[in-house]
Amino acid sequence: MSLLSVLETHPLIAWPALVIILLVLLYLARQQMHRMVKAFTRVAAQALRMASKSLILAEQRLKQRNREVLLASGALAVEKELEREFHRVDAVVKRDLQTYPAFHRSMSDLITRIDEDYRKSTEVPPSPPAWIAAIEAVAQVPNTDGGVAEILGEINRTLDKHHKSAMDEFRKASQERHATLNKMMPVWRKLSETLEQVGKTITGLFERSELITSKMDEYEQIRAGEDQAERRLSSSSLTQFFISGLVMLIAIGGAIINFNLIALPMSEMVGGGSYIGNFKTSNVAALVIILVEISMGLFLMESLRITHLFPVIGQLDDRMRKRMIWISFIILFTLAGVESALAFMRDRIAADMEALRQTLAGAEAVRTQVESVIPTAGQMVMGFVLPFALTFVAIPLESFIHSSRTVIGIALAWALRSGAFVLRLTGNIISHLGKAIIALYDLLIFPALWIEEKLHREPKPARQAASAHDDKPDSPHREEVHP
Amino acid sequence: MKKISLLLAGLVLMAGGCSDTTSHSKAVYMLLDTSGTYTRELDKAAAIINYLLGTLQPGDSLAVARIDTGSFSEKDIVQKMTFDGRPSVSNQQKRDFKDNIDKFVKTVKGAPYTDITGGILQAAEYLYETGAGRKVILVFSDMEEELAKGYVRDIPLQLQGIEVVALNVTKLRGDIMDPRKYMGRLEEWKKKVETGQGKWRVINDLERLERILE
Repeated sequence: MSLLSVLETHPLIAWPALVIILLVLLYLARQQMHRMVKAFTRVAAQALRMASKSLILAEQRLKQRNREVLLASGALAVEKELEREFHRVDAVVKRDLQTYPAFHRSMSDLITRIDEDYRKSTEVPPSPPAWIAAIEAVAQVPNTDGGVAEILGEINRTLDKHHKSAMDEFRKASQERHATLNKMMPVWRKLSETLEQVGKTITGLFERSELITSKMDEYEQIRAGEDQAERRLSSSSLTQFFISGLVMLIAIGGAIINFNLIALPMSEMVGGGSYIGNFKTSNVAALVIILVEISMGLFLMESLRITHLFPVIGQLDDRMRKRMIWISFIILFTLAGVESALAFMRDRIAADMEALRQTLAGAEAVRTQVESVIPTAGQMVMGFVLPFALTFVAIPLESFIHSSRTVIGIALAWALRSGAFVLRLTGNIISHLGKAIIALYDLLIFPALWIEEKLHREPKPARQAASAHDDKPDSPHREEVHP
Repeated sequence: MKKISLLLAGLVLMAGGCSDTTSHSKAVYMLLDTSGTYTRELDKAAAIINYLLGTLQPGDSLAVARIDTGSFSEKDIVQKMTFDGRPSVSNQQKRDFKDNIDKFVKTVKGAPYTDITGGILQAAEYLYETGAGRKVILVFSDMEEELAKGYVRDIPLQLQGIEVVALNVTKLRGDIMDPRKYMGRLEEWKKKVETGQGKWRVINDLERLERILE
């Protein structure tokens, strides 16, 4: 007789008996069950906590590495800027201040000339009034025969004559002085211009020196590894990443238009029925042409030292670099010409296909081709210009690659931190779940526990101590994992 | 520079050399029923051929053949062509194809018997020879086979990888009286095609020609 048949035949006795047996068994297995649940949850929680810690450590290492890379790249960028500023200062000094001794000499000459002219222009003091004493002496002589009057009259005439002559001489001297002062005017002007020029140069140098000072401060901050510098560089990298990404998207749009311009006529060259894998050979060929154009653009930009993606090209000697510039430019120019021709061919093929479609549709030969040559010319110009426009992709590409290092580093650090948080959270949940399972277990066998409590009545303090002892391993201070 | 030249040469070789000319092309063989009164339906067939000419790409193949008393013959092929890979040449080929079909439709004379099985056997032979990736037989007919005395067509078809599409299957007078005949006829053809490992479809709505090559 199986257990099931007993349950079916005597349910009123069998079921309660079964429940009681189960309760007893569960009660007997309580300690072991508690230990097992605690052990499992503790192992899982600790494993997760360790994993979380390792992720945090990895995140910190990555963050440190990101910081080092960011500061190094920032320092390099500032060094380049400083170098450029110093070059500019050097150029200004060479261009303007190299001739300063000549300026100085010129100014000294001018000042000497002005000084001489100034001396020449000084006013001649009028002759002292010597006649007054003679007239007074003659006037004191008694006028007996009218001789004194005659003498005085003669003196008066002589005085008038002399005064007239003195006035003439004074006017002449004044004219000469004015002429000398007039001659000083252009010399003054020249001196003023020279000083202004020197002033401008000095002001420019002053502005440059202020810029250099600010850059030096920035450089020092970076070298010192200050948080402010890191934040600034990080923000700058993110901005660069998004801006260059936007420009790259625009360039991709241009490349797609370029592709559509040459894909159809390429089928005329490589055949429209052949495939490479799942792609039409003509499409692949068009794509290859565009990629080669972009590559040539990159080489051209590298050779011109506008971008620095390939240090090998930048380190080439000038003769080789110039050759490289010409070769890449000629290839680019040739490909642009080919594209222009393909764009022309595309226009013709499209018109022919449209005419065929109309014929097949039953319409009479209708002139669908637009009489104007503007669309054809437009396509040809686009075909020629787009390869050169794509050349400039190299600049945002370089920014994108450089800034993506920082952005990827930040994203990875964030992902590691999030992973660590999730692991810690899961560990905590498992730990508390274990406690919940124990509580649920006790709830299931509560009649047995109640009976146990009734049977083993102990003094309150002792029981509390025991329960405190029992609860100690479950204490949140021991078990809980604080994030 | 040497490395750059090598790279460019590699790309050119990749573009020109490693090409696959068979697996992506399509081959369509259209059988035109020229028996009895069905010749009046040939204008519709010409429209379908024009649609096919507009749809097929350079490198695809198209053949049009008539169904008459003994269709298992190259003589019944009205026009067959594998279009050139260059679009300009392909367009000219399509124009010539259309002109020939137009001439055929105007001058065709009704045949006394309808050897559909022979036509399908001939079509399968042609399609396998093209080596196309997708092979389609279009049967523009009422699917009522009538064989002349002495013609043996009780042979299993070999149509592995071929789709057979019955187009414009008109109802005959007897079908109108007893639709079971029509359904039985189509069912019989379906069984025959599927036994030969081919795929069977029926398209009677010629307003939706795009379903032919979908």
